[in-house]
Amino acid sequence: MGILEVKNVGKRFGGLQALSDVNLSVKENSVHAIIGPNGAGKSTLLNCLVGKLIPDTGSVMFDGQSVLGRAPYEINQMGISRVFQTPEIFGDLTVMENMLIPCFAKRDGAFELNAIRSISEQKDVLEKAEQMLVEMNMADKRHMHAAAMSRGDKRRLEIGMCLSQEPRLLLLDEPTAGMARADTNNTIDLLKQISEERDITIAIIEHDMHVVFSLANRITVLAQGTPLVEDDPQNIRGNPKVREAYLGESA
Amino acid sequence: MRNLEKSDLTLLIAVAVLTLFAPFILNPFPADSAMAQFNAGYPDLMQRFVIFGIFAIGFNILFGLTGYLSFGHAAFLGVGSYAAVWMFKLLSMNVIPAIILSVIVAGLFSLLIGFVSLRRSGIYFSILTLAFAQMMFALAYSVLTPITGGETGLQLALDDPRILGQSQTAEGNIPVPGLFGLEMRDSFDLAIGSWVFTFNIGYYFCALVLIAAFYLAIRIFRSPFGMMLRAVKSNQQRMNYTGLNTRPYTLAAFVISGMYAGLAGGLMASMDPLAGAERMQWTASGEVVLMTILGGAGTLIGPVLGAGFIKYFENIFSKINATILHEWFAFLPDGLEDFIVAVLYPFIGKGWHLTLGILFMMVVIFLPGGLVEGGQRIAAWAKRRKSGQGSTGNKTEPAE
Repeated sequence: MGILEVKNVGKRFGGLQALSDVNLSVKENSVHAIIGPNGAGKSTLLNCLVGKLIPDTGSVMFDGQSVLGRAPYEINQMGISRVFQTPEIFGDLTVMENMLIPCFAKRDGAFELNAIRSISEQKDVLEKAEQMLVEMNMADKRHMHAAAMSRGDKRRLEIGMCLSQEPRLLLLDEPTAGMARADTNNTIDLLKQISEERDITIAIIEHDMHVVFSLANRITVLAQGTPLVEDDPQNIRGNPKVREAYLGESA
Repeated sequence: MRNLEKSDLTLLIAVAVLTLFAPFILNPFPADSAMAQFNAGYPDLMQRFVIFGIFAIGFNILFGLTGYLSFGHAAFLGVGSYAAVWMFKLLSMNVIPAIILSVIVAGLFSLLIGFVSLRRSGIYFSILTLAFAQMMFALAYSVLTPITGGETGLQLALDDPRILGQSQTAEGNIPVPGLFGLEMRDSFDLAIGSWVFTFNIGYYFCALVLIAAFYLAIRIFRSPFGMMLRAVKSNQQRMNYTGLNTRPYTLAAFVISGMYAGLAGGLMASMDPLAGAERMQWTASGEVVLMTILGGAGTLIGPVLGAGFIKYFENIFSKINATILHEWFAFLPDGLEDFIVAVLYPFIGKGWHLTLGILFMMVVIFLPGGLVEGGQRIAAWAKRRKSGQGSTGNKTEPAE
């Protein structure tokens, strides 16, 4: 029984069957990659996991609880954090404030009218955010506007924001899309370090085979809205079906 | 005042000093001089400065922090006024219960309107609030005449019950609003040389309320709640995926700003115990938007400055007329004098809106951060000049 169990999930948009009969089991503390060619339904699947879309059929269970019909913020409070393809951060706020917000969300829940005591009086949260900034190697940027940072730093901040909530499952949607090689490698190293040091499960949607094979210890290949194979990386590489559906295009 | 950052404490003290010494600051010209018409230190206008300051501070909590532009906030000011006048009619002429009821009633109305309007964002939200405000205006103006007094407005009468007070004074007059024996309209004049300074009880009451309201706004701005509201403006998607429900945050901001508007409305009725529907009209809602943007949306002091600026213009600029212009330019040759007066004439008196409009456009185009940004630029320029180096290091300072 994995921490995330997707059973018979189907989703149709008008005439397009985006997902059909998707079964997926993500084991606790694994790094599970979901790959597939463009239009395979990777993003649709991800959106079904975080509450942005509700599948037409099937079930999605996280840690024994259904996530279907819950709002994104509720699913996050259950312990699933999401990293977006384009870093979604609070661009108008400082780096420190970006880190404080998830820390407050973790402590106070989805809504708290915490309007009188100033932030500087709430040392527990401040310390946690500070510690996370140090861990992410961004302490020197704390007063910077988040929007002014480089793409790689924004990604690092976003991952840090997710981690500060101590999620049990971290979902990453093409975390290195549009990044320079150096930034990509930094991100890979960061994710590797996270998966090794923390008690966390990572599910990653990725295009870049370099990233996938550097990180994943389990891979699901999605093609035309349905899983083709699920296996260990070394077996995926040699699988002829996968080559045909996906790797074949470039190999 | 505990745990206030140093810069915030300075700001609070500055606001306190400015409001408490306003009778001096706003009356810089001797009473009999030609410039006396620029004096703004008379109670009626000073009260309006502070009351609209409170209104704008509250509006800024919604618009400045969350970015939700309400076009119907005058409705809450209006219901606040009606609630206060009803309290004067039914309970007593003490302003405290009247103002408390104003805040509560405005809070309830804003809860209802906010709950519906906040289902949409952006322009649709603005239109919804505008629609609600216009409906409330229409109701107040005609349908609900028994409650609101309709066109004539809600006024006090000699036969009002006033169960905790008296229906009429010993002289047979309608009693005036007061605070435990202090009458709001009471003033005393202090003449120093040819200067006359007026100290009005109503004004000082409003000023104290403003200082309290400003202090509360500082607390909100510096609290996690205030940060969440700025996060709403910055990225709602990230908020949702960070486990935060944006709806109650925006609704709380809407209700708080509605209660500030109700407070302003209650104070307005306390200074002059009548309430009319025109206070709820969309032009009044637009005015507070102008004040906030002109002063600097999202900054603490901006809305207060904007409110003072616009009210000063409205009351002082509009009083300049052609005769006064002719007096000013009398030293010029006749033809030139007439020409200059003719050019300036459209911008003064009833044309003050034109001047205000031009100023507003200039601020929006050249100083998007409002008067506060103007002040910051001047300060930065002075600093550069002082340090004597033309460093172009444009530090992006976090918005206050």
